[in-house]
Amino acid sequence: MIIRGDEPEQIRLLRKLYKKGNYFMQGNEAVAYGALFAGCRFYAGYPITPSSEIAETMAKELPKLGGYYLQMEDEIASIAAMVGASWTGFKVMTATAGPGFSLMQENLGYAVMTETPLVLVDVQRSGPSTGQATKGAQGDFFQARWGTHGDHPIIAVSPTSVEDSFWETVRAFNIAEKLRTPVVVLFDGIIAHARERIRIPDPEEVEVTYRKLPANEEEAKLPFGDPHGDGVPPMPLFGHGYFTHVTGSTHKENGLRDVYTPEVHDRLVRRIHRKIEQNKHVYEKYEEYFTDDAEILVVSWGVTARPSLGAVLKAREEGIKVGLFVPKTVHPFPGERVRELSKKVRAILVPEMNLGQLILEVQRFVNDDVLLKGVNKIGGVPLTVEEILREIRGVA
Amino acid sequence: MAKEIYSTYPMVKYLRKEALPTALCPGCGGGTVLNAFANAVDQLKIDPRDLVVVSGIGCSAWIASPYFLADTLHTTHGRAIAFATGVKVGLPDKKVVVISGDGDLASIGGNHLIHAARRNIDITVILVNNFIYGMTGGQVAPTTPFGARTTTSPYRNIEHPLQISETVAAAGASYVARWTTAHVYQLIESIKKALTVKGFSLVEVISQCPVQFGRRNRMKEPAEMLRWFLKDSVPISKARNMSPEELEGKFVIGELVNRERPEFTEELNKLIDEVQEHFGLREE
Repeated sequence: MIIRGDEPEQIRLLRKLYKKGNYFMQGNEAVAYGALFAGCRFYAGYPITPSSEIAETMAKELPKLGGYYLQMEDEIASIAAMVGASWTGFKVMTATAGPGFSLMQENLGYAVMTETPLVLVDVQRSGPSTGQATKGAQGDFFQARWGTHGDHPIIAVSPTSVEDSFWETVRAFNIAEKLRTPVVVLFDGIIAHARERIRIPDPEEVEVTYRKLPANEEEAKLPFGDPHGDGVPPMPLFGHGYFTHVTGSTHKENGLRDVYTPEVHDRLVRRIHRKIEQNKHVYEKYEEYFTDDAEILVVSWGVTARPSLGAVLKAREEGIKVGLFVPKTVHPFPGERVRELSKKVRAILVPEMNLGQLILEVQRFVNDDVLLKGVNKIGGVPLTVEEILREIRGVA
Repeated sequence: MAKEIYSTYPMVKYLRKEALPTALCPGCGGGTVLNAFANAVDQLKIDPRDLVVVSGIGCSAWIASPYFLADTLHTTHGRAIAFATGVKVGLPDKKVVVISGDGDLASIGGNHLIHAARRNIDITVILVNNFIYGMTGGQVAPTTPFGARTTTSPYRNIEHPLQISETVAAAGASYVARWTTAHVYQLIESIKKALTVKGFSLVEVISQCPVQFGRRNRMKEPAEMLRWFLKDSVPISKARNMSPEELEGKFVIGELVNRERPEFTEELNKLIDEVQEHFGLREE
């Protein structure tokens, strides 16, 4: 079992297999290596463009590290197997794209409700439906947030480059483990297939965290309690004689089903929300460029954050006071910071490869007197520096 | 009265007492299956700490979860075997058992059932086939007999039932047996074998649902349904010499398959050893 105590052996293997230094690789490969360095030793998936290289890399590398690659019969089975393996102590991951992500939504909700750590990489591609299957997009912003049914919190991170996807995947695992929750990596088909320089670190440079296990029998009896006040129950793993009961139905702290008492449902679902709300320090992350004196703000995420930065740099050369805000954790959205920044600017541009999704989150935190404008492109081709620069000039 | 039964019933040591009494209807075959499973565990002297029981959604998913005192994973509709696959890979030395119904495992979850059999992963599936969606109110299932009445086939069922055991046997399972709740001792023996063989094992249990199925098909009393099972059951040895027409509507009982095939988690671990050996990664 690779959850604790195997670190020296795993570090030896990682060092031997992946010498630290610069490599030239795809975003999809970087995600896979990020997962391996974060301690992921179980992958269950189903092939789908443009995510398949993640599965291929995991199938090739996991056995070398003593880990398990399972190709399941569909996406529903993939996430189901991950949940099962997570309850035996594995750090688990799958990767998919829009249509597969849709199929995984029910069990993603199951993972939220049963507080099962897992990492789900959605390599966003152009939809709806089969759409442009090989082309990247940013259309799953709200599928990640609201794809599964019922009131539920969700955490989603979104990398902006090949190197970043290594580190954001590591971060996704650490958040999932710390908060005993599923974490979505909102990746995209463009960075997934782009090849760039990436520095593979020494394993000791990578901060790796593990889920909280029960400290004693008492804690093990309450797999859905809150003994430490942080909203995160210790996870009594299967196979340790705890007789843990796990169900997606509304359950009491001891895990047993109770769907008839309103207070039990209220207490459980609110605690699962509070667990996320009160642990912002674990997951909140954003980047800011030139926001100190900005009169115009660009808010962008994922692959579009790159041409956005290019456009901001060029606009600055032209003397335009423009800044850039990039949420790296996109759900929950760091709206409070956007609210603060919005008070100092007169216009906000939101470039993204969809017809306006992140902009709806921004809108919630911005007053009407600020000009809010989307810069939207669909069709599978990324936004360019020039296209965004033109929009900046237009509001300057 | 319930309390008295639980204090004298020898298998109660395997049950979560705080979850009792069960939610099963009077006359349901689910109790028989739970009893047979507990007896099989008892006779094999399996420590419940070495068991993980996984179930899906529906009446039959409730048979062992939450009532059986082991690690229990009560999952989404149809996906129990897929969840169990992850559990088994993580805990290859434990017995992983799926107990659920026909609608759950053979309809919405049919794909996982045949692929787990194909992989021959060492999971024991006890599939309780009562021909009906009981929990949702008695709707037609892919196992409902041709011509039977249900709430969504109120005039008659025009579809043919899936032959679950035959399908799973064809898909590659190591062990497949079918019994009814009227064959309790044979059922216990088959569950014991299923728990012992290496590889995917299925025990299909034809079970009575007097409330949702029997009531609408002239078998209001559980005993009437059990008599029907006894009357229409054909041992597999006899069935082999019968034509498909003669077998129409009969329950073929007995062991369909008992064979050795490479098992998935063992192969998976063997593969890891080979790869680590090949790349010179074994501990120095």
